[in-house]
Amino acid sequence: MSTVTVPTTTTEHGHAAAKKSGSVATFLSTYVFSKDHKVIGLQFLFSTLLWFLIGGLLALAVRWQVAWPWSDVPVVGKLFAQEGGQMAPEFYTMLFTMHATVMIFLVIIPILAGAFGNFLIPLMIGADDMAFPTLNMLSYWFMWPAFIAFGASFFVEGGAAAGGWTSYPPLSTNVASSPGSGWGQTLWLIGLTFVGVSSMLGSVNYMTTIILMRAPGMTMFRLPMTIWAMFITAVLQAFALPVLTAAGFMQLAARMFATGFFSPEGNIVNNAVAGPGGGQPLLWQHLFWFYSHPAVYIMILPAMGMVSDILTCFARKPLFGYRPMVYSIAGIAGLGFIVWGHHMFMSGMNPALGITFMVSTMMIALPSAVKTFNWLGTVWGGKIQFTTAMLFALSFVSMFIIGGLSGIFMAATPVDIFIHDTYFIVAHFHYVLFAGTAMGVWAAIYFWYPKMFGRTMNEFWGKVHFFLTFLFLNGTFFTMHILGAVGFPRRLADAYHYETFHHLQPMNAFMTYCAIGMVATQIIFAANFFWSMFFGPVADRNPWNANGLEWTAPSPPGHGNFDYQPVVYRGPYEYSVPGVDDKDHLMQTDPPNAAAAAAAAASH
Amino acid sequence: MKRLSGMFWALLFLAVPVLGVATFAVAPSINVWLPSDVSAHGHEIDSLFYFILALTGVVFVATEVLLFWFMWKYDAAARQGEKAIYIHGSHTLEVVWTIIPAATLLFLAIYQMNAWANVKMRRPDMPPTVEVVARQFEWRLRYPGRDGLLGTPDDLHLVNDLHLPVDEDVLVQLKSMDVLHSFFLPNLRIKQDAVPGMKIPVWFKGTETGSWDIVCAELCGWGHYKMKGRITFVTRPEFDAWLARKTAEQDATQPIAEASGEIVAN
Repeated sequence: MSTVTVPTTTTEHGHAAAKKSGSVATFLSTYVFSKDHKVIGLQFLFSTLLWFLIGGLLALAVRWQVAWPWSDVPVVGKLFAQEGGQMAPEFYTMLFTMHATVMIFLVIIPILAGAFGNFLIPLMIGADDMAFPTLNMLSYWFMWPAFIAFGASFFVEGGAAAGGWTSYPPLSTNVASSPGSGWGQTLWLIGLTFVGVSSMLGSVNYMTTIILMRAPGMTMFRLPMTIWAMFITAVLQAFALPVLTAAGFMQLAARMFATGFFSPEGNIVNNAVAGPGGGQPLLWQHLFWFYSHPAVYIMILPAMGMVSDILTCFARKPLFGYRPMVYSIAGIAGLGFIVWGHHMFMSGMNPALGITFMVSTMMIALPSAVKTFNWLGTVWGGKIQFTTAMLFALSFVSMFIIGGLSGIFMAATPVDIFIHDTYFIVAHFHYVLFAGTAMGVWAAIYFWYPKMFGRTMNEFWGKVHFFLTFLFLNGTFFTMHILGAVGFPRRLADAYHYETFHHLQPMNAFMTYCAIGMVATQIIFAANFFWSMFFGPVADRNPWNANGLEWTAPSPPGHGNFDYQPVVYRGPYEYSVPGVDDKDHLMQTDPPNAAAAAAAAASH
Repeated sequence: MKRLSGMFWALLFLAVPVLGVATFAVAPSINVWLPSDVSAHGHEIDSLFYFILALTGVVFVATEVLLFWFMWKYDAAARQGEKAIYIHGSHTLEVVWTIIPAATLLFLAIYQMNAWANVKMRRPDMPPTVEVVARQFEWRLRYPGRDGLLGTPDDLHLVNDLHLPVDEDVLVQLKSMDVLHSFFLPNLRIKQDAVPGMKIPVWFKGTETGSWDIVCAELCGWGHYKMKGRITFVTRPEFDAWLARKTAEQDATQPIAEASGEIVAN
């Protein structure tokens, strides 16, 4: 029961009415150059899911080489003209470079902020759209030059960038040091610039919208965790990205104007003069990691927020420790700016910095631990419904524990001497980014799909998708911890000719089989995703009996989102409120009445 | 039926701590574990690794088992007719589970500062035993010649075959000719990036005779995977004899009077 205040001018299917006039221009403005945040969110979603597939296939090619070095590679061997089907070692360096680049810049960051941030923010705060709809549209379209730059880089002379996604000079800045450091690297830098601008446009929009366009009654501390997470992520983007963009321009300047920011005096690579001198390779590392460390929090905070929303809904319980959860997200973000040196413990920077960065890095584990305990507290005492979305959300918690704890080993600077640049690191970031964020993304897709498309995904096949992904991801990534304990290095096209590592091929073959299974399992997800869009059961406004504002709007919402201007009377997550008997939750828009007021009084 | 499926999912999540601990428990017996350590300082690093493993292991098992237990016990199918507990948090719990991890993490950080300083900050006061210059895709070695000084025409130049006296402090001067590399000795728990334009000291002491891998641990191009060296510790007399033999071989092919010109002392 919501109070009617001001009817909006929304029509339920306004865009359908516009389409009836039938011109190409109308089609373009409705579906292609739309300024509606929901359409833009879906544009991001479809684009990033496609790049997820490409990034996954790149990973399989990497895994093939690690498992069976110098063997005939299926498909790739014929497509990319390798030596008799074998993978060339420079091709291998390109594969892991582009796998990481694609996953980080074209998948995780845009799917969290671009797809879910866009779709959910106005709906969850009770706004009719973003503060700057045109800027929003531009933030999506700025991705396309990046798609083209990164995509084209695979086909230029020398191939795509091959200096690692970290792009350390002098390797990345000199075509003499690696074939991918020619045109491939230039296109990589251009692509990076465009994704950076896209993110910066988005972050300005999100911060402004969340600060200024909340519905009446939606105070900051009544916001769902998804919005807090998106807000703080937007702040991170705004402060950190300019540094990466500037550093990228410095590398571009080296290529175009022969500047020497990163090239030391007298640097000669592969018998070619490598730069004018006067610079330092370590400068790039500091600038790069000053952004890329906050970036990893950009790549998980939104997922943490969404997981909080999903766990509460399917445990039918309020979030345990709402304010500590908000402060923890802020703490992770703030501390995230003073830990970047932990990526550089072995770099040759002043070793005294190894002490300072160790302290700050150890401390950043604290807010993540607090969040984990609060998630456990949320599940405790609940009434758990094991939907597909809930399973993915629970697995986020379970897997994040692993990823977070493994981080403590590398925060320990003396231990990092041994495990730096080994598979222990690879295990850590795949657990937080894939077993963590990607599982959180799938949870969010299954959960908000009815709101996006007006139909529900199939639960049975969703659970099959979950089960197989869960099994295969652990089979692929867990043993990377013990491989790292041996010292098994990253980024090696063939490690088995070293005495220390020559017995590790069978384990790597097992991991590759699991990786193949994991990617193949996504066929089930893709089929479910597209089939359900047309043939899935039609969803009503609130199929999950959740209590956020988005569930008061139609599924899917029309332009303007809400039938009436929502007014907010209570906080999020009011599930299982005592004294409310006809249903087990209260919506944020449910006004106080005698029974509900008494029960809810204690909560705020 | 719903209860059974809830139990199934809870048990799937129980497999995480069970198989997780099992993997680490079995790893040493299948030789997928810390390699042998033949350095004087390595035991400090390994002890820290084990300490953190124990600490994180306890937290891992406790949190994952709790998650399983809550999934098992609070399954809606097992709680029909009951409502979930309507609670927004506990101030006491928040204080406890903030202070205890904070103190533990701070302790961990402080506890390890000495080990780091030993390996990376307390450089021994001695001249370099050997200069290692990383290059696409080999390890160039330069020993001081009979005059005991690095950077003079009588220096011994070798590639990839690093010999050192056992049970003696060694100081390596690490450089790079071209791009970033990293000097990684798994069996000595040593790793240091080689940076063009920088001269970085690396010190250690071998405690056993024998031969182990040198691995490049920073992406340096297509040949990064094959930038393999070998580090061999021998007794001091054997080392002196080896040095003399290699110097004689170099003298036979390249008279001392001609400076190589390529690697200039700086």
